Amino acid sequence: MQKRVIFNNKVLPYLLLAPQIAITVVFFFLPAGMAVWQSMLMQDAFGLRQEFVWFENFQRVIVDPNYVSAIWVTIVFSAAVTALSMIPALLLAVMADRHIRGATTYKTLLIWPYAVAPAVAAVLWLFMFHPSIGIIGQGLNTIGIKWDYKLDGAQALLLVVLASAWKQISYNFLFFLAGLQSIPKSIIEAAQIDGASATRRFWTVILPLLSPTAFFLLVVNVVYAFFDTFGTIHALTQGGPGTSTVTLIYRVYVDGNNNLNLGSSAAQSVILMIIVILLTAVQFRYIERKVHY
Amino acid sequence: MPTRRFLLALAATAALTAPAAAQQRVQIDFWHGLTQPLGGMLEQIAADFNASQQRFQVNASFRGAYPDTMVASIAAFRAGNAPHIVQMFEVGTATMLAARGATVPLHELLSTTGVQINFDDYLPAVRGYYSFADGRMASMPFNSSTAIMFYNKDAFRRAGLDPERAPTTWAELRTAAQRLRAAGVACPFTTAWPTWTQFEQFSALHNTALASQNNGFAGLNAEMQLTNPLFVRHVTTLAEMAREGTFRYGGRDGAGDALFASGECAIIHASSGARARFAREVPGGIANVGAAFLPIYDDVQGAPRNSVIGGASFWVLNAGPNRPRSRDELQGIAEFFRFIAQPAVAAKWHTDTGFLPVTRTAFQLVQASGFYQQNPGADIPARQLLRGEMTPNTMGFRLGNMPEIRVVIQEEIERVFQGQQTPQQAMDNANRRGNEILRNFERANRS
Repeated sequence: MQKRVIFNNKVLPYLLLAPQIAITVVFFFLPAGMAVWQSMLMQDAFGLRQEFVWFENFQRVIVDPNYVSAIWVTIVFSAAVTALSMIPALLLAVMADRHIRGATTYKTLLIWPYAVAPAVAAVLWLFMFHPSIGIIGQGLNTIGIKWDYKLDGAQALLLVVLASAWKQISYNFLFFLAGLQSIPKSIIEAAQIDGASATRRFWTVILPLLSPTAFFLLVVNVVYAFFDTFGTIHALTQGGPGTSTVTLIYRVYVDGNNNLNLGSSAAQSVILMIIVILLTAVQFRYIERKVHY
Repeated sequence: MPTRRFLLALAATAALTAPAAAQQRVQIDFWHGLTQPLGGMLEQIAADFNASQQRFQVNASFRGAYPDTMVASIAAFRAGNAPHIVQMFEVGTATMLAARGATVPLHELLSTTGVQINFDDYLPAVRGYYSFADGRMASMPFNSSTAIMFYNKDAFRRAGLDPERAPTTWAELRTAAQRLRAAGVACPFTTAWPTWTQFEQFSALHNTALASQNNGFAGLNAEMQLTNPLFVRHVTTLAEMAREGTFRYGGRDGAGDALFASGECAIIHASSGARARFAREVPGGIANVGAAFLPIYDDVQGAPRNSVIGGASFWVLNAGPNRPRSRDELQGIAEFFRFIAQPAVAAKWHTDTGFLPVTRTAFQLVQASGFYQQNPGADIPARQLLRGEMTPNTMGFRLGNMPEIRVVIQEEIERVFQGQQTPQQAMDNANRRGNEILRNFERANRS
């Protein structure tokens, strides 16, 4: 009842919302709508001839064994990137949260990699792990490990996972550190007085209180692994060898940009959109319940 | 102060007339895909053309490597501001030919503008690749290369092989590679552009079709013929050599070049256009780099034939859908093409870069200049290209979305080298996936 009194003008709220709605429409709904439309067309590269084919593009994509393999690569890749970027970040954050000499320096250095662009990060890793010009790649071959990520699919996947995760550690570190610092000292001290060991304090006090941060980071990292790792893969392996590092997002690029098959590329991006919507819904619906706020 | 005023007025007039004079020239946008130093040499040719006359201004600009340039120009066409001329790699030919309404065929351009270029003088392999089935020209040939074999003479000497005698058959190549390996060369043999050298060139040399319908020249309904035992046999050879350590897969596209340039690999199959780089980078310089024909299986009937070309040609684009070029613009494009067709321009481009002399006159011009005596091996590409009589299998390829097919073949043979599938499975898969691509293209371009 009271609300009606405050907003007795019926136009004003819409007016206030208008900029946000305009931005959402122009930058999200319109492109997304065009992608859905494009996904039902079969077109030549120049856009001179087109045919409306309903869901044929989707049908072709789904039965393609290479698409199924890209789904598996994406699952393995995302899980590995998320785990490898969150666990070390948590470890580093716990260490940096203690009172040590030069803590600020450590923190600054740990945050640095986040400023590196994905493609640049990939080139850094390339120069270290290239089998003939990379210092670590050469070293591995010298000690008898046959390292050639251009020929070995597992090694290629490992390399893009490492490069992608490394970059994300800084981001996670920053959030974990902030999360740790916001835990009231009194609770930890109380646990200490009760005789809880450091390990026990971590598992029963700190971790549950950190779970909102961890949950947020889980969502962010999965989305990162899905969408923002394109530059790393492109610069390091270009999807090869074979198709062992082709993730879903990389395939969208290859089919749309290199192969000029816009219909299939649009269909794949629509599938990707559905996957992410489902993933986010599931995460919020089921996992969030177990999160201790 | 009259003098100062006069000067000001003069400056003002100059400032006004200078852009006016530039605007009078018809602007021709030209997008190319050549990195430095080649890109600079090409831009110099455009600058020379601009200096040679007053009416037209060709603005050459680099738009990324060939595939990027192709994608950029197609996107620009869809948006209605395509460049007048775009440099397109040879495997984009089918895509461009199918895009009726987007491109202006070269023969049409020349007949509209009345400009004449003698295409009979062009090397048959070059002319054939860029013409319609009836022989009329579709695009303007410019930088053409072909694949040849380069070898490191120093490494040959160390292995006790004759540095002046390159292997001519695959059996000889393998024996040589084994001796190189025994002499401590870590990488006896590699290849750049795996699909181009080991399938496209390979099929032409052996007079074997890569696809039906004369490799796609006769129609969009072509089908891949990768399951031919010859291809399976060749992948088997490469896989066996990889296992015994005499062949190293150097990566997709031009990635293999680096392995030879660094001196790590002793033999490479690469683009003739790589010559300039090898001369500069291989330890020991050009004196240490041998050039030879690509090897063959000598028990295959009809081998060896001519190799096919790679490289790129220039296409004339309309500005966008239903937005044709003006008469003046067409005239400017045609004049520019006449300029680059001059034997002197073609000959200079050949000797500067290692690309082919595209016309016979240019080839003779360079022969007469004594260039080949000073640069032994520089005539290997042209001689390999002119060898024997051309057959439908050696004219080139006109397959839709061929860049995609190239990647598919690379992916499938990479799986063989990883031990994930047999050569037979690889060729079966590549054939199936290649045909899917061809059928998609056929369907999207059926009028």
